[in-house]
Amino acid sequence: MERINYLNNNYGIASWLFTKDHKRIAILYLVSITAFFFLGGMMAVLIRLELLTPAGDLVKADSYNKLFTMHGIIMIFFFLVPSIPAVLGNFLVPMMIGARDLAFPRLNLMSWYVFMIGGIFSLYAVVTGGVDTGWTFYTPYSTAAATTKVIPTALGIFVTGFSSILTGLNFIVTIHRMRAPGLTWFRLPLFIWANYATSLIMILGTPVLAITIALVGLERAFHIGIFDPTLGGDPVLFQHLFWFYSHPAVYIMILPSMGVISEIICCFSRKGIFGYSFVAISSLAIALLGFLVWGHHMFVSSQSPYAGLIFSVLSFAVAIPSAVKVFNWTATLYKGAISFEAPMLYAMGFIGLFTIGGLTGLFLASLGLDVHVHDTYFVVAHFHYIMVGGAIMGYLGGMHFWWPKITGRLYPEGWARIAAAVVFLGFNLTFFPQFLLGYLGMPRRYYAYPDEFQVLNVMSTAGASILAVGYLLPACYFLWSLRYGPIAGGNPWQARGLEWNTPSPPPTENFDQTPVVTEEAYAYALQEVKVG
Amino acid sequence: MFENFPLFPQQASTLASKVDGLYYFLILVSLFFGILIASAVIYFGVRYRRRSATQRPAEIHGSLALELVWTLIPFGIAMVIFGWSANIYLQIIRPPDDAMPIFVVGKQWMWKLQHLEGRREINELHVPVNRPVKLIMTSEDVIHSFFVPAFRIKQDAVPGRYTTQWFEATKVGTYHLFCTEYCGTEHSGMIGRIVVMEEADYQSWLAGDGGQMPLPKAGEALFTQLGCASCHAGTSGARGPALAGLYGKKVQLADGRTVVADETYLRESIVNPHAKMVAGYQPIMPTFQGLVSEDGLLQLLAYIKSLGEEAAANPANDGGAAAAPHGS
Repeated sequence: MERINYLNNNYGIASWLFTKDHKRIAILYLVSITAFFFLGGMMAVLIRLELLTPAGDLVKADSYNKLFTMHGIIMIFFFLVPSIPAVLGNFLVPMMIGARDLAFPRLNLMSWYVFMIGGIFSLYAVVTGGVDTGWTFYTPYSTAAATTKVIPTALGIFVTGFSSILTGLNFIVTIHRMRAPGLTWFRLPLFIWANYATSLIMILGTPVLAITIALVGLERAFHIGIFDPTLGGDPVLFQHLFWFYSHPAVYIMILPSMGVISEIICCFSRKGIFGYSFVAISSLAIALLGFLVWGHHMFVSSQSPYAGLIFSVLSFAVAIPSAVKVFNWTATLYKGAISFEAPMLYAMGFIGLFTIGGLTGLFLASLGLDVHVHDTYFVVAHFHYIMVGGAIMGYLGGMHFWWPKITGRLYPEGWARIAAAVVFLGFNLTFFPQFLLGYLGMPRRYYAYPDEFQVLNVMSTAGASILAVGYLLPACYFLWSLRYGPIAGGNPWQARGLEWNTPSPPPTENFDQTPVVTEEAYAYALQEVKVG
Repeated sequence: MFENFPLFPQQASTLASKVDGLYYFLILVSLFFGILIASAVIYFGVRYRRRSATQRPAEIHGSLALELVWTLIPFGIAMVIFGWSANIYLQIIRPPDDAMPIFVVGKQWMWKLQHLEGRREINELHVPVNRPVKLIMTSEDVIHSFFVPAFRIKQDAVPGRYTTQWFEATKVGTYHLFCTEYCGTEHSGMIGRIVVMEEADYQSWLAGDGGQMPLPKAGEALFTQLGCASCHAGTSGARGPALAGLYGKKVQLADGRTVVADETYLRESIVNPHAKMVAGYQPIMPTFQGLVSEDGLLQLLAYIKSLGEEAAANPANDGGAAAAPHGS
């Protein structure tokens, strides 16, 4: 008879909708954000198809503007921001620290409902006409000129922000208060450090986004002069407020992936991380410095040149802790015992793509160079390298790594390796040409463009079709594995970490008895290995 | 084949090669670190591939020396890039004093451009080669951005204020002009071209359109029509401050602050006159918000600036440029 676990203890709908189990809430999030991901992905497909030819022919200008707006809003607020924290974080934070659940299980469930309510508002905006302000909602366009569904969309994002705040709050309290005996801060898995740093950004930054969106709504509805110069407002003030959240939000998306990569690299090279404390502290450094660089989005906005100089130098500074992580991951491989299962392929892909994304960030931090490439496809390519090449590679790597733990089943390894390679190739073919397009001068958010940009756009669209296949493959074989995948067992990777010391899928209470931690994280050298 | 597949944009301004120089340097830095990381990952992956399932390598906890090396060296390189890019930026934002002004108004979805001599253009800008040109820009509605890739320049046109940028074209030819701040439906149609001409061709082009009033003249007519002179007469005891020579000077405000009378200040003083009251004057001026178009405001500005030039041109009459507030 099968052991009772968190999945098979009750099959009723109510047992899912009213669950307080962090693992089940993680599954609720997984299903929701996967739906949002494929919705946002379909919009990306339409965008790339439109850009196959220089003329605007597939869709109308207004439709195109709504497509890239909704693509950005869905992917950022309804997929990337919640992705790793709300799915893998929810599932793993308590398990990795040896706790039964998060500190506030009811708040955790509430955060999912809040997320869904926000999502429904935004989906309502999509089906009743869409919104065309860009995900950035720049004023005075969003408050005075746009005639689309700005308020429902903004309300959706406003509401969803609270789910981020609740999750962040829950993680911080849990990590402070509920660590197993012996699990000191510097014995924590780096995934926990990464989620801790992310949570700090969520609770400090998201309220500012909420305020900003509320002000946009108030100005749009009641003509209060905050951003619109004809009402006495300052349109550039909006950009300051918006980027004060939205730049750190990039780190909300990438830091958890960095945490995943640290876990995967240690496991598949059978070695502890090189420079544990540097990798751990660099997450906090990124979180804190990340709050001081928002003005680099505004070098040509009429912001003071002196402010520009300061934001530029701080932006170079924030690149350093990211570089430190990349160097430490690479050094971890040195004299390891490396194997190349799918999670490791994603992790290695992450290192490559994140390195390119990070280095091209230096181009954008460079004042004199940013003037030329700002708001061109160079920027589009750069942030996709970070947010897709980085964040999504990390998310997929993590999904493969912990899939056996979450479901109790193994995914088909051969297919997964093929998918990882397809994603890597498709991604590069999609986005690398966009760096060249950007430097040539192709502006972003153009649905028609001069002929000389076509060759590179065709390459990009071809890459996108490969990338789409790469994303559909895991969706298929993950579903397949739920029924047909081999039984995983408690620790199929022979990984270290408390989450692997319990059956897969774990029982509702996670551990039969509270574990006691007596060693550093990733103590692979101490592992007792079964021979044969 | 490469006509339709360029990898680098053409260089057509004095700034272009400087920006490209930094771009090439950054590509080299990126290649260096990119290849370093990629080859290390691949080499370690092959060299240290797992040979048996029970293999457990010895722990290597880290190395402070290495951490310092890969923190400080990238930081040093980053600071070099910062200094280099800041230097270029300061050149981009500081127009030469003798730059020829062009007035730019963005609106959904077109660029309106006007030369000091009065000639107007839409989505097309004719400029002479080898002469610095300064764009004084604003917007009638939402934020736009004026981008000329061949010149490597870009600046937002923001409603309610003036922004400037400059360039000196180095090659006769026609270049793309793009709006790069998303501005609504026809954002991607808000494009145009910059036509760079030989000086003589430019002069004949400029003269080719008879009947246009030079901008300061048009501004003077508007100034009279709006009745501005009844207060800003320039005489002592007038109800409004004198305007001759005002442009670019420091102004003492009633609240104790000092501001420089630049384009944005002058514009604000017309549309929202009570925001910054000049010391010694009463808040009696009505607002002209909505009564004067952005084009009209630019004409008034050109007129006020020209008053300064007249004052400076006749220093003997009023005891030097610094005393210009006496008026002419």
